Amino acid sequence: MPAASLVIENLTYSYGKQLPLALAEFSATIRPGIVTGLVGPDGAGKTTLIRLMTALLLPSTGSIKVFGLDTRTDASQLHQIIGYMPQKFGLYEDLSVLQNLRLYADLQNVTGTKRQQVFQRLLTFTGLEPFQGRLAGRLSGGMKQKLGLACALIRKPRLLLLDEPSVGVDPVSRRELWRMVQELVDAETAVIWSTAYLDEAELCQKVLLLDGGRLLFSGSPREMTERVAGRCFQVQGISSNRRQVLSRALQQEGVQDGIVQGQNVRIVLRDGHAQPTLEVLEAGAEARLVPVAPRFEDAYVDALGGGPGGISALAAAMAPLSGDREVTVEAVGLTKRFGDFTAINDVSFAIHRGEIFGLLGPNGAGKSTTFKMMCGLLRPSGGNGRVVGLDLQKAPGKARSRLGYMAQKFSLYGDLSARQNLEFFSGVYGLTGVRQQETVTRMIDIFGLQPHLKDSAKDLPLGFKQRLALACSVMHEPAVLFLDEPTSGVDPLTRREFWTHINGLVERGVTVLVTTHFMDEAEYCDRIGLIYRGQMIASGPPDELKAQTATEQMPDPTLEEAFIAMLQQWDAKNEEAS
Amino acid sequence: MKDHLRRMKALIVKEFVQILRDPSSLMIAFVLPVILLFLYGYGVSLDAREVKLGVAVQDQGKEADHLAAAFLASPYFRAHLSRDERILEQELMAGRLRGLVVIPEDFSRQVEKGAGLGRLQVIADGSETNTANYVQNYAQGVVATWWAMRQRDHAVDKQSGPQLLTRIWFNPELESRNSLIPGALAIIMAIIGTLLTALVVAREWERGTMEALMATPVAIAELIIGKLIPYFILGMLAMLGSVAISVVLFDLPFRGSLPALLLSSGAFLLAALGQGLLISSAAKNQFIAAMVAMITGFLPAFLLSGFIFEIASMPPMVRALTHIIPARYLVTNLQTLFLVGDVWPLLLPNVFILLLLAAVLFFLTARKTVKRLR
Repeated sequence: MPAASLVIENLTYSYGKQLPLALAEFSATIRPGIVTGLVGPDGAGKTTLIRLMTALLLPSTGSIKVFGLDTRTDASQLHQIIGYMPQKFGLYEDLSVLQNLRLYADLQNVTGTKRQQVFQRLLTFTGLEPFQGRLAGRLSGGMKQKLGLACALIRKPRLLLLDEPSVGVDPVSRRELWRMVQELVDAETAVIWSTAYLDEAELCQKVLLLDGGRLLFSGSPREMTERVAGRCFQVQGISSNRRQVLSRALQQEGVQDGIVQGQNVRIVLRDGHAQPTLEVLEAGAEARLVPVAPRFEDAYVDALGGGPGGISALAAAMAPLSGDREVTVEAVGLTKRFGDFTAINDVSFAIHRGEIFGLLGPNGAGKSTTFKMMCGLLRPSGGNGRVVGLDLQKAPGKARSRLGYMAQKFSLYGDLSARQNLEFFSGVYGLTGVRQQETVTRMIDIFGLQPHLKDSAKDLPLGFKQRLALACSVMHEPAVLFLDEPTSGVDPLTRREFWTHINGLVERGVTVLVTTHFMDEAEYCDRIGLIYRGQMIASGPPDELKAQTATEQMPDPTLEEAFIAMLQQWDAKNEEAS
Repeated sequence: MKDHLRRMKALIVKEFVQILRDPSSLMIAFVLPVILLFLYGYGVSLDAREVKLGVAVQDQGKEADHLAAAFLASPYFRAHLSRDERILEQELMAGRLRGLVVIPEDFSRQVEKGAGLGRLQVIADGSETNTANYVQNYAQGVVATWWAMRQRDHAVDKQSGPQLLTRIWFNPELESRNSLIPGALAIIMAIIGTLLTALVVAREWERGTMEALMATPVAIAELIIGKLIPYFILGMLAMLGSVAISVVLFDLPFRGSLPALLLSSGAFLLAALGQGLLISSAAKNQFIAAMVAMITGFLPAFLLSGFIFEIASMPPMVRALTHIIPARYLVTNLQTLFLVGDVWPLLLPNVFILLLLAAVLFFLTARKTVKRLR
């Protein structure tokens, strides 16, 4: 066993006397030769910990020693042996790829012939060789990330620190980066990789799980996953409503966590608790509880104390919408052309009351364009959209007053306080006087916003920001809710809380149209429309789509695999045709 | 040592590449000065030219005609003559005239009698106090000149007593442009030194590049010098360009020497850069950096440097404050260099004070900047 390269002892860090500790009594050792993953929800202290390791922050108490160097006293020697890639990659956008490399080589004291060799190796390694002269600002996210890594690697560091290197980067680039780092790790180098993606964390040889500045788990991902072994089940063959089954399951004391997986409901039991009976879940006569293999995410949520309960206070406070399962949202032959370019070509779908419809597709496929036309924000070149029977072209104002909209970036006013945001949006939706005050107060209670009422929206923790954004979009009790990538960048716990609310609202008769790129979110949808190259190439319930693409080699494809297969089939078919 | 130099050189090269690639830096350094110079050269003028003045000639005599002719010939006035005072009064009330000179009926007789100017009257429109002052002073000037000429033509009149002969030195035409443009140069350099520097450092914080730099073996002194040298050179180039424009395009005299100019502006630029770097050690986003640089750099350079508002006429507290405004010393030195010449006893103490201010600012910057995030 190689000696530890990093020893953290009783580390505490505070950003100010009034603020809670960012890191508390943190002790860990990290050894070279492996990638150590740093995981935890937003605000857990991951970035603070990495900055403490770079000696850019100094511990309030306790110590960090990197290969024997104390960050408090030996910062200058420490900077000779670390490679650090901060969250925004630390690149000069006005400088070319080669100029960035040269700058960091000079700063890292890499000169002479050695430098030429290093450049050659890194450029080949990252595949940036053809782009040496290109400005860093003009690179794609994935290429920026590789260049950032190359700059951190110029003088082979003994400790490589990567702070969320894959945020905002597409899955293929994420995989390549992972492969590159793996190739670099030799017996002497220690790598610390902080990430919000659990699939990445699962690949690390060791993970440190942080929450609220404390270390909850330290060990291999497999060990962590093992902790929930025997506690994971799927309720299969549900003939009743699966969202209600999930809600009932989550209300059981013994159930730690649960999510919808297509037609099934996955549950994780609390340690030492018996499985709930099927009668309690009211899942129907055919239903059965099947043990399934534990996943890293199950263990993650379990370690963080489980997901939210099954009842949405928001939905409970809302009067159920009357009416049958009539069509509430409808797109008929929607087409959008920008000049010669057809962004959306003849897309049609109909969503019934109390249904969740998901729009999925790769970036640039036309999801957002479709979405904007459905909100009445973009005028279609052909076809039309209707919400609760109102034509978006003829009565956009009236249609919009019946729909709630929550955008990717949480369209909140950052400089207004949480309360001011609630008051503003309730005013925009036409609530006044006593009714407005009552609604605002109710939202504050439901979403637990009391402690943050006076904080500027931009300073809220991400989870609260999301709650506030949802509150703002549902205050007028809309019949239809449009969600545009509502949980991108949000950790799994917050995501579960969000879906509890959405599921609750849907049970009350709200219709939901959602775009997402998280496959586990797509599983919550009743039906999915797959948008690709401006067309809807497939639609149907998640399980049906999976079944369509099942082959002998892949009898039980995941939703992601099913989608990739469909995109490939579509491409192949169109190549033949042309 | 070799490492230090190489790292510094790398940072300086990087900074220059950024300056050349980023249009906003070049705009601030080279386009903004030209705009400001044109503004002060052509737009802003504190001189009154061709003020519209009514001259009511109620007297038919020769002397009255001569005086009226003097007003007509004056470059400072566009004179409107009339026999009828009431018409002109109405014009004055309507704001079409800024002042009125009334040459009374018995004017020529009084003058010829040697009884002085009699009841010659100057009326000024007090609603614009500045213009009113000009009307008053320049009208008196026209009358005084006419009177002096007349005395000379009529041999020496023994009754007239001692004569006051006014000479204005250094800027004999009292061309306000000649003193405004040196002031504008000081503003330009304050903007480049303080605003630009504070902005580019704040940008590095925003984009996360500063964090990446700080985790490398680079030393704080290298970082500071790596910012200082490029923007010092940029500032000096902008200054030389502006001086050239002033002399060639606006016909400003330049009576000093190049070394004196370089010394004065170099010393000022160091102080301004020190201020910019000090701001950037605290303000880590561009918006705050810009606001602080505006309030502590640009506005004092504008208001408290004596460039537009006389320091001598400020309240004592404000006057005391001007002593720590670097622009004050540069404005004095530039005005001296443009209009007078190398007056070393005046220039050198100012240069010395500027260097002292720069030293204090750099000391504070070096103390405040550590290789930490907070």
